Amino acid sequence: MSAAELRIRTPEGITFAYPLAGPVTRCLAWAIDMTIVLTVCVVISSSLGAFGLVAPDLIQAITVISFFVVPVAYGVAFEWFWRGQTLGKMMLRLRVMDADGLRLQFHQVLMRNLVRFADLLPGCYLVGGVASLLSRKAQRLGDLAAGTIVVHHRKPAEPDLEQLLGTKFNSLRAHPHLCARLRQRTSPDEARLALQALLRRDEFDPAARVALFAELAAHFKTLVHFPPDVLEAMPDEQFIRNVADILFRTSEPKVEAA
Amino acid sequence: MIIDLPRFIAAERPAWVELESMLDDLAANPGLTLSLEQAQRFHFLYQKASADLGRVATFASEPELRRYLEALIARAYAELHETRERGARWHPLRWLLVEVPAVFRRQIGAFWMSLLATLVGTGFGAFAVLLDDEAKAAIVPPQFAHVLKDPAERVAEEEAAGGGRLSGVHATFAAQLMANNIGVSIKALALGMTWGIGTLLLLFYNGVILGLVGADFIAAGQTTFLLGWLLPHGSIEIPAILVGAQAGLVLARAMIRRGDRAPMSARLRGVGRDVVTLMGIVALMLVWAGLVESYFSQHHGPKLYPMKIAFGAVELAVLIAFLSSAWWKNPRAKA
Repeated sequence: MSAAELRIRTPEGITFAYPLAGPVTRCLAWAIDMTIVLTVCVVISSSLGAFGLVAPDLIQAITVISFFVVPVAYGVAFEWFWRGQTLGKMMLRLRVMDADGLRLQFHQVLMRNLVRFADLLPGCYLVGGVASLLSRKAQRLGDLAAGTIVVHHRKPAEPDLEQLLGTKFNSLRAHPHLCARLRQRTSPDEARLALQALLRRDEFDPAARVALFAELAAHFKTLVHFPPDVLEAMPDEQFIRNVADILFRTSEPKVEAA
Repeated sequence: MIIDLPRFIAAERPAWVELESMLDDLAANPGLTLSLEQAQRFHFLYQKASADLGRVATFASEPELRRYLEALIARAYAELHETRERGARWHPLRWLLVEVPAVFRRQIGAFWMSLLATLVGTGFGAFAVLLDDEAKAAIVPPQFAHVLKDPAERVAEEEAAGGGRLSGVHATFAAQLMANNIGVSIKALALGMTWGIGTLLLLFYNGVILGLVGADFIAAGQTTFLLGWLLPHGSIEIPAILVGAQAGLVLARAMIRRGDRAPMSARLRGVGRDVVTLMGIVALMLVWAGLVESYFSQHHGPKLYPMKIAFGAVELAVLIAFLSSAWWKNPRAKA
């Protein structure tokens, strides 16, 4: 297990990983949540204030109770009904999960929110912050007690392939067996490299851009030998666009009308 | 080896979509139980998706597909390998009458420990105030400054006021008591994660204050007032805090237990439900204690004391009967 992720290996021999959230991101999510909680408490207090003349004692009691209950209930209710997310966590794309990759259970949600009182000691989440820094799974005391972890629930931003690669005719697709071989022989790093080069092509100096795509094209041409007539007059950058099109777009795009 | 990826995806996608659809159903209905055929189909689809991921993993230039399958399998894994009791519908009455007493008795060792820590503190507080008059001022925190007064003086003031001092603010006072006491209980629980040291110190300190006040009133010949004042709410409030601390000590025991080969995380996981159950009853007890303290305990007068003492004694008897009655024993309770 690396420091930044929790890897789970299933009995079927499949491994998947959860990227663990660090203390800074979690602290930001908590700050957002606290802002929301305080706002809710102030809104409750203000809105009940209008009824203060009718039953001042009852209104004051409800205000006292709400200032105690809302902070605890907020975390419990959101994490339970939103499957591990509060508003702050959702904004920062974090999610509470069972530490073994199993379903989050209600008692776990309640426990991690109750033990938060120890994590907050002596102030500003010091105990919780230190505990999560020392923990292999970045767990604060509440997480440790509840058997939970906080993970990044970030769906990787997929590049807009339609915009990037366009719908132009890809002459390499005329050779499906070579396309299949290209997919087979390209490693994930090589595929990402080609995509990143395309995504950032406008950031390069013209000379560097030409040199980079020439180098990449030369490399990919060693992986699969396309017929010379297909590559003839195809610029290196266009070749890499076509390669990325084959690697990342599984279905053939509709070719735009001339 | 996958030669034709589009064909592979076209062939396998229906199974992935079906698995995703079943997962969505399970997520939307936590109480949903699969029939045998559905469970078998679910298992088949999970294994099929796992096998597909295995194939795609070797065919690594498809990061998007790989991430999709990993996410799908992670969700299915969570559903399939979850062996803990599935979200059965919660029955409040069953929880109260069966689970709470069963859990309390199952973790009774931690309760005795919290009672002992409180008694040691009580003894210390009583000894300190009887030995040295200045002990009260040195130990009592500012928020309890009213107990620094001479007990006889205090009794005279309270009896003169009757119960009028809280007139018009009973509900607010009750709310403050509930919030404060539930907060103390939650702290007692949370401090269990300091290997129980924090919980024991908290109990000891509470005991010291209790012993100090109790000994002071008894020494001043105000035992009847003391019992009439404390018993109606204290017979529930003090046990509630002890139960909160019991929950904290259950956590502490799971952290430090030696001779158990299970890792600490598994031990903590094993006591999670019990701890939450104990905290549930603590909250209920403290709501009741807050109401009693605000609306009943603060009314003073010689004629009221026998009734108040009897009321407190009955509450304590009912509580003991509730927590210890054998016929409520949960048949599924651990040995």
